[in-house]
Amino acid sequence: MTACGAALFGGGVTLYATNASAMPAQALRPPGVLDEETFLGACVRCGLCVRDCPYDTLDLARVGEPVAVGTPYFIARQVACEMCEDIPCVKACPTGALDPELTDIDDARMGLAVLIDQETCLNFLGLRCDVCYQICPLIGEAITLELDHNDRTGVHARFLHTVNSETCTGCGKCEAACVLDVAAIKVLPITLAKGQLGRHYRLGWEEQEKAGKPLLENIIDLPDRMPAGGGLQ
Amino acid sequence: MVRSRWRWKWLFLRRLTQVGILGLFLLGPMAGIWIVKGNLSSNLVLDLLPLTDPFLLLQTTVSGHLPETTALLGTAIVVTFYLLVGGRAFCGWVCPVNIVTDAAAWLREMLGLRPRARPSRTTRYWLLGTLLIMTALTGITVWEWVNPVSMLHRGLIFGFGFAWVVLLAVFLFDLLVAQRGWCSHLCPMGATYSLLGAGSIIRVRADDRARCDDCMECFRVCPEPQVIQPALKGTGDGPGPVITGMNCTNCGRCIDVCDQIVFHFGTRFHNKMEASS
Ligand code: SF4
Ligand code: SF4
Repeated sequence: MTACGAALFGGGVTLYATNASAMPAQALRPPGVLDEETFLGACVRCGLCVRDCPYDTLDLARVGEPVAVGTPYFIARQVACEMCEDIPCVKACPTGALDPELTDIDDARMGLAVLIDQETCLNFLGLRCDVCYQICPLIGEAITLELDHNDRTGVHARFLHTVNSETCTGCGKCEAACVLDVAAIKVLPITLAKGQLGRHYRLGWEEQEKAGKPLLENIIDLPDRMPAGGGLQ
Repeated sequence: MVRSRWRWKWLFLRRLTQVGILGLFLLGPMAGIWIVKGNLSSNLVLDLLPLTDPFLLLQTTVSGHLPETTALLGTAIVVTFYLLVGGRAFCGWVCPVNIVTDAAAWLREMLGLRPRARPSRTTRYWLLGTLLIMTALTGITVWEWVNPVSMLHRGLIFGFGFAWVVLLAVFLFDLLVAQRGWCSHLCPMGATYSLLGAGSIIRVRADDRARCDDCMECFRVCPEPQVIQPALKGTGDGPGPVITGMNCTNCGRCIDVCDQIVFHFGTRFHNKMEASS
């Protein structure tokens, strides 16, 4: 009877906990965070990371806020991470929920910036805003500007932001700086932002480069047919 | 040998300690004086001494993540300390929820309420076991979504949100549903500390039990009255005068209320009766 009651209560708590452990799109974790599931086991919710952040970026989630209760997070649009070189938040963590192996802040992956609304981004409208590009601590690496023809004016170029997932740390400065009322570029938890190729997929051109030769022997390379008037190549 | 004397000494010291510790934690965020950083789950004293709660460490480890040395060291220090001063001394002297449940107990007495439910005192161990299994299965520290102890302490230091709902539930449970329901029957954190209490050094002793005049005051004030019985009522070769029950919180309330001055703080050693029986 006692055991049953305890098991029922414990089971109920578990259901609630597993249900409530989803992270909302706009809450980001501190640098060095383990993957969300491991983190929810590893973090003891002490807030030492919060205390040692010199910019008050981090906060512990309260009951009623959409992040797992008591765990550290930040909202990029409010206060972004300043990417401290000595990473005090990671150093403060007693459990390793923030991975102490992270020693170069550029390797942090707190989230991933995504230019989520091309309809309102000023650069996509053909203007030169560039604020997010300029403010990025990894300027020219995490966000690059790709030239594109401006079909509206017919003569100008558009400078389109492209976020590179290999370099973006997810610090949130771009989202915080976006001049729009609601940011067109947002930093999302990586699981939300990224797709993944089928695990068995291989890109033929990369494989060929790795092998240094055609992947199949004896393939006759037929001439490609070009559009009208181009002839054969 | 009835003496009139101040009957609140240990209660007063205990409240002072509880509030004082909370004050130390609050000094940082409120006044910028950082003597302790963090909360009861894990903290850093004077930027030097790490302290980590054993139950939190247990949950984390069971979830499949082996914590870093800081947390392990912190737990070792805490465990050693409570092995000295009494396992559930944490409950009586440090835990902020104790103030809530003591308040409920006081109000219940005042109003003369007689809650009906009598959950078994072993429920806490079943709950502890269930939670550890669930933590292992899900890989997340499930109890920390509702744990009133960390909720209250974290709430006071980092901001409450709706955490007060959990505390209100605990208060009402103790007031209306089960007498001393939370701390003495359900709390798995207290259950963890009680395991340390099974061997801890400082204990309440009833060396002068021969003087007991059966007024029953100690049983009335004790949150875990079952631990008093053997030490107080043992005779001859029976149980010795030391309260060895692992759920004794070393709150010292029995010492306060006993007019016959039967109880006092001592160690768990020399637990054989000679002279006084
Ligand atoms: S890297 Fe610095 S700014 Fe960013 S969260 Fe950590 S302590 Fe705060
Ligand atoms: S310091 Fe580590 S364990 Fe403590 S709240 Fe931050 S991430 Fe969690």
